[in-house]
Amino acid sequence: MDLGKDLVAASATPLVLAILAEGESYGYAIIKRVGELSKGHLQWTDGMLYPVLHRLERHGLVASRWRSSEAGRRRKYYRLTKEGRTELEAERKRWQTVDATLNRIWMRACPA
Amino acid sequence: MSAAADHPPLEEQIGQWRAYLRRRRAITGPDVAELEAHLRDQVGALIQAGLAEDEAFLIAVKRLGSLDALSREFAREHSERLWKQLVMAPDGDAAPATATRIETLVMLALAAAAAVAIKIPGLFGLELVDRNGPFYARNASLFVLPFVTAYFVWKRRMAPRHWVWLAVAFVAAAVVVNTFPFARGTTGPSYTEALCALHLPIALWLVVGIAYVGGRWFEGGGRMNFVRFSGELFIYYVLIALGGGVLTAFTIMMFEAIGIKAEWMAQQWLIPCGAMGAVIVGSWLVEAKQSVIENMAPVLTRLFTPLFTIVLLVFLATMAWTRRPIDIQRNVLIAFDLLLVVVVGLVLYAASARDPEAPPNLFDRLQLLLIVSALVVDTVALFAIASRISEFGFTPNRVAALGENLILLVNLAWSAWLYAAFLRGRGAFRALEAWQTAYLPVYATWAALVVVLFPPLFRYV
Repeated sequence: MDLGKDLVAASATPLVLAILAEGESYGYAIIKRVGELSKGHLQWTDGMLYPVLHRLERHGLVASRWRSSEAGRRRKYYRLTKEGRTELEAERKRWQTVDATLNRIWMRACPA
Repeated sequence: MSAAADHPPLEEQIGQWRAYLRRRRAITGPDVAELEAHLRDQVGALIQAGLAEDEAFLIAVKRLGSLDALSREFAREHSERLWKQLVMAPDGDAAPATATRIETLVMLALAAAAAVAIKIPGLFGLELVDRNGPFYARNASLFVLPFVTAYFVWKRRMAPRHWVWLAVAFVAAAVVVNTFPFARGTTGPSYTEALCALHLPIALWLVVGIAYVGGRWFEGGGRMNFVRFSGELFIYYVLIALGGGVLTAFTIMMFEAIGIKAEWMAQQWLIPCGAMGAVIVGSWLVEAKQSVIENMAPVLTRLFTPLFTIVLLVFLATMAWTRRPIDIQRNVLIAFDLLLVVVVGLVLYAASARDPEAPPNLFDRLQLLLIVSALVVDTVALFAIASRISEFGFTPNRVAALGENLILLVNLAWSAWLYAAFLRGRGAFRALEAWQTAYLPVYATWAALVVVLFPPLFRYV
């Protein structure tokens, strides 16, 4: 299923924030988690995640630090800030509004 | 195992990929490290899934996305990175932080030394006051250029047996300009003394140039790089001087407000010491930032070549139309000398920024038009002067100005010839570049002749 570029881009922010709400994480793990959650339907170009993360960091929604993993690999870990948590809540409300609106019309428009 | 031998090992591939990524201006060191960690995770996961190393690498790179699209995204998020910043940050691992710090310290020490040097004569009764003006005018370049030279001797790690000749040149210059028995007029320096003061920096600038290219004057593009350096240094110096002017004005103004006259402080310390130190700081800035900041001299050249061409053509047309002769004033020769200097500068800096392999374009035609119109204007002026030179007599100023005019005329005439050949496809642009760089010592040699020979020839008047 092709979700289209705009929809993928629009969903990136709430998705990343929500995944980071589960706990501190790094780029590769976030991408893997997106794959699991969407059952492979949401295909990101891996590299594109990083400008998104940097934008969220600039807006103060996430904070980052460099840390070595148990295996000794240095990775940049991101975690949600307080503002990020507030924003996540706002995002959730927005998407639920869209979802609820669409749901009300789906049943009439294409009853399948 | 033969398959493994055919393909470069994983580390090497990652190394190449990293180097390629580093060249993107929008993606900085930490970003590269972050993306590399991602790449390694991905490769590791794919290998565990049963792929060979090189296959895993290819897929992982593909999944990261095309580098063009990626750096576009990074540029959108980090637009400030596209503005080159004038900060003291080293570029990746090319320049280790300690080396940069040592260089900064050396630069500061040399700048301080130059600032102190201008105050030393004051300890021996030669204060910076009007009556010692001629002394400071003659020696101005000797207070600062040895330190610029020292900076490059240090930076290029020149061997003592090479740089000792540069030191000899400075000592010789100091001896010559300070032992000549110049005539003492009541009104400032004598003519030959003023000529010395004017020409010594030009002659000594070649010494700086030899240090700049690390003693290898004839190798590679060293001379053209020195030309580029000189132009950029000039621009930096003007900018620093503007800032210094603001600082001086504020100093005087603020002390004035509490009733203290600070002019002497500005005149005796701030301005002379600042003017000396700024040359070193400017040189260091040009050196440190040569890859960071776009060169300004070629940009100014592009801007002013058409304007100067238009002015010269309009001048020629007006002269032909109104049939007004050139009014031979005392300084008319100097004015036309300066015109030729500007035109040679425009040609030189256009050449310094041009890709020698590129085919002729409109700008090259414009350059030729500029040179030819300058040559015509100067020839008209020379004829006007030559017809009356016997009336004026051969003063040192006039001989020096005439010599300079001829030197610049020869340069431009041959440049025009080479440009024309290039535009007709009969020659390479490199010939013009080679001519310009080969001509550099001629200016310095003439300046040295004026310094050394003119005072005795004209009896130190």
